[in-house]
This record gives sequence, structure tokens and C-alpha cells, in this order.
Amino acid sequence: MKINLKKAFGGLVVVCSSIFTAGVAQANQLESIMDAGVLKVAVPQDFPPFGSVGTDFKPQGYDIDMAKYLAKELDVKLELVPVTSANRIPYLQTRKVDLVISSLGKNPTREKAIDFSDAYAPFFLGVFGSKSESVDSVEALSGKTVAVTRGSVEDLELSKLAPTDSVIQRYEDNNATLSAFLSSQVSLIATGNLVVTEIATRFPAKAPETKFLLKNSPCYIGVMKGDTELLAKVNSLIAKAKTAGVLEGLSQQWFKAPFPQDL
Amino acid sequence: MSYSLDFAGLLPYLPEFIKGLKMTVTLTVISTFLGLVLGTYCAIGRMAKSKLIQGICAIYIEVVRNTPFIIQLFFIFFGLPILGLKFTAWQAGLIALVLNLGAYSAEIIRAGIDATPKGQWEAGKTLGFSRWQVYHYIILPPAYLRIYPALVSQCIIVMLGSAVVSQISVEELTFAANFVQSRSFLSFESYMLTALVYLLLAISMRKVFMLLKRVLFKSSVA
Repeated sequence: MKINLKKAFGGLVVVCSSIFTAGVAQANQLESIMDAGVLKVAVPQDFPPFGSVGTDFKPQGYDIDMAKYLAKELDVKLELVPVTSANRIPYLQTRKVDLVISSLGKNPTREKAIDFSDAYAPFFLGVFGSKSESVDSVEALSGKTVAVTRGSVEDLELSKLAPTDSVIQRYEDNNATLSAFLSSQVSLIATGNLVVTEIATRFPAKAPETKFLLKNSPCYIGVMKGDTELLAKVNSLIAKAKTAGVLEGLSQQWFKAPFPQDL
Repeated sequence: MSYSLDFAGLLPYLPEFIKGLKMTVTLTVISTFLGLVLGTYCAIGRMAKSKLIQGICAIYIEVVRNTPFIIQLFFIFFGLPILGLKFTAWQAGLIALVLNLGAYSAEIIRAGIDATPKGQWEAGKTLGFSRWQVYHYIILPPAYLRIYPALVSQCIIVMLGSAVVSQISVEELTFAANFVQSRSFLSFESYMLTALVYLLLAISMRKVFMLLKRVLFKSSVA
């Protein structure tokens, strides 16, 4: 079969220009969302408490509630698109969704691919402890004992930052670290806020409270590069949610902990 | 397969290993001593006249000998605090090791006592010795001598078993190995080195016990 190169090139030009004009027509993604009356959001379904499938087979979680809040504020219908952590950014880049609310952390590589909103959810490694312990910074650990899981990121961070006269007890796995806290062998543990949420859900009476942050990696909403109006709108809605206490409510509901002040 | 061994990579962690070794030796020495004392009393207790003492010793020995060491350890460290009995990791590890050796050595020592001819008891009584004096001067020395090799092996098992207490964050040799492995990722090297150290420890422990035997049983070993 012989291909007519000239014809093929002409076809390519036509296709390209039509894509281009389509792009121009939809330059403002915020307007096209409002026109369509539907906000399409990529959410996790395998990562509680951010997103999971409830007993009624409906998605539930912090991210899902965040998406619901945004749709309500924009006064449009919400379409949830379940994604995995591997395909959530491609979904956004190919416009299958308008926003990614999927416990997305920020890093330089990702920042080249998409834009990030302001932080909307806490995700951090920190030191947690019983109410009687008054520790508010890593220096205050001087002379105290902290339990941590050996070789974990929090172990490395804590070993780097903790004063030399603090005792770091290293346990074999997360479970042993938690057991050491729950059996009151130690009153301070270093771990992730989700682990603490898990304790708070199962043993509300024994839940440790946040003392200070070791490493902060909050979650951001992902927006396609160039959707500046949409990004600005999302940011203003996040700011509103912070002041109106919406995020505080979501944090209490899903993380069993207050929304960090400095986020 | 082209992996070149990097034992030099362990050098910065040498202080960890030495700290761990010290802790293992300390734990072993104290738990061996206390364990053997406990074992001796339990062995005698099992042959006591009082049914109550017999019962208590029997229950203790059977419970410890028929449950896994790590469960005993976790029970003492994670379980007992619920009842208000709180030990530090080091104390909990030591208690578990002593209880363990106590039960096993009690059975070994009892076998040694059992093998003592009845005539020696009668001889002791005839000399006007009390029950405790008979044990102390007549029964126990030859009993120990008979079961000495088994007892030494049991003590070495306890030394090797002390590796398990790393699970509750006691910073002994195995803890050091795990720690170094998780920082340097030199798994082969750190575990190889640790295994060697344990081997040397076990061999030297046997030597020390053989020396002790000569000192302790000078009169009995003709």
C-alpha cells in the first residue's frame, strides 16, 4: 500500500488545527465546568481514611467529602472517578477529570506535570503522646523516651533531630511500637498521623494527641497546568473551608484529630 | 551475581555492635546466675514435703517449658502493665530469661538429684544433718557434676535466646545487627558478623564453664 504523504500531512494539519481551536474554546476550564454543570473529580478508593468504599458500596472518606464540598460551593453536580495512585495524574492530564483530590503530595517532578492548589489535608510524621506529656518541640524531648519503628522514615528523622540525652526505643514493627504505647510502656511515639487515626478509631480512650511535626507532607488538589481560573477558585474555596471550619469538621470526622493550625 | 562484600561499611557502626555485645554479655551473666539459683530451689521444691510448694513449682516449670519464649516475653512486657506491673524493656527481658532458665534448669537439676543413691540421704541423716545440710553438703555437689554438661548447654541456649529480647527494644547484639542492617542495608555483612560473635560467645562460655567446674568441684573431681 502506498501512502500519499501530501494528503496525510494535510490531514494532520486539519486534525491539529481542530484540536487547537477546541483548546482555545475551552481555555477556561472553570467556565466549561459551570456550563456543563458537572465537576469531575478523581478520588481514591483504596486508601482510607482519604477514600474507600463504604459498607453501602459508595465511596467515602476525607477526599470524597472535600470533592462534595467543592461541588456544592460551585453549585454543580459531582461526578466521582475512582483512580489509583499510579493513574491519578494521567487522568488529569488527559482531561478525564477536572481535579484530582486523591491524597496527592507535592514534589518537583509532579510540579512540572500539573499545578497544585493550597494544602487541604494534613499528612505528616510527628511525635504523638498522652495528654500528660507536655512536649511541643523536638528539643523538649531531652531526657524523655520515644518509641519508634526501627528503620522507618520517622526513625531516621527522629534520630537526626532528637537531643542526645533523649532515649529512642526502636521496635521491630509498627504493631510493637503501638503496643508499647497502648500498654503505657512509653508515653511518646513517633509515627504517621494516619496510624494515630487508626488508634483513635479503635481505642478512642487511649488515642495519643499530636505533640509536634517531624516531617510534613500535606495533600494538595491537583489541577491541569494552565487552568488558572479553576486553580484560583479552588484555592479561594479551600481558604473559605479553613476559616468556616469545614476542614476542621472533616479532620475530626476522618482523622479523629484537629486540623493543624499552621497548614 | 556480582556482589562484593563490604565489611568496611560496618566500621562506622562498630560502637553499636560493641554496645550490643556488652548488653548481651550482661544479660547472659545475670540471667545465668539468677536462673540457676531459681532452678535449684525449684528442683528442691518439686521434691518438698509440702504439696503446696510441690504444686507451685510444678505449675511454674510446666507453664514456662510449654510456652514459647517470645510469648512469655511479650506477656511480661506488653501484658503485665495492664495489671499495674510495669518493667522497663531491660528488666522485662531479664525477668523472662531468668524465668526461662529457671524452669529448664530445674528439670535438669532434678534429674541429677534423682540419680543420687538413697543411701547418701540416709548417711546424711545418720550424721545428724538437717534436710538443707544434706542437700548442701551431700546431694547437690555430685548432682551438679552429673548434669554439668546439660546445664552448660542450657545456659548457652539462654545466651542465644537472649537475641529474642531485641523484639522489645532491648539494645543487645541482635538489636544492633537489626539496627545496622536497617541503616546500612549491608544485610549479609551485619548478620554474618553477628553470627560470628554469637559463635565466639558460645564457645568462650563453654570454656569459662569448664574452668568454673575445676574450681567449684575441686574436691569432688578426683
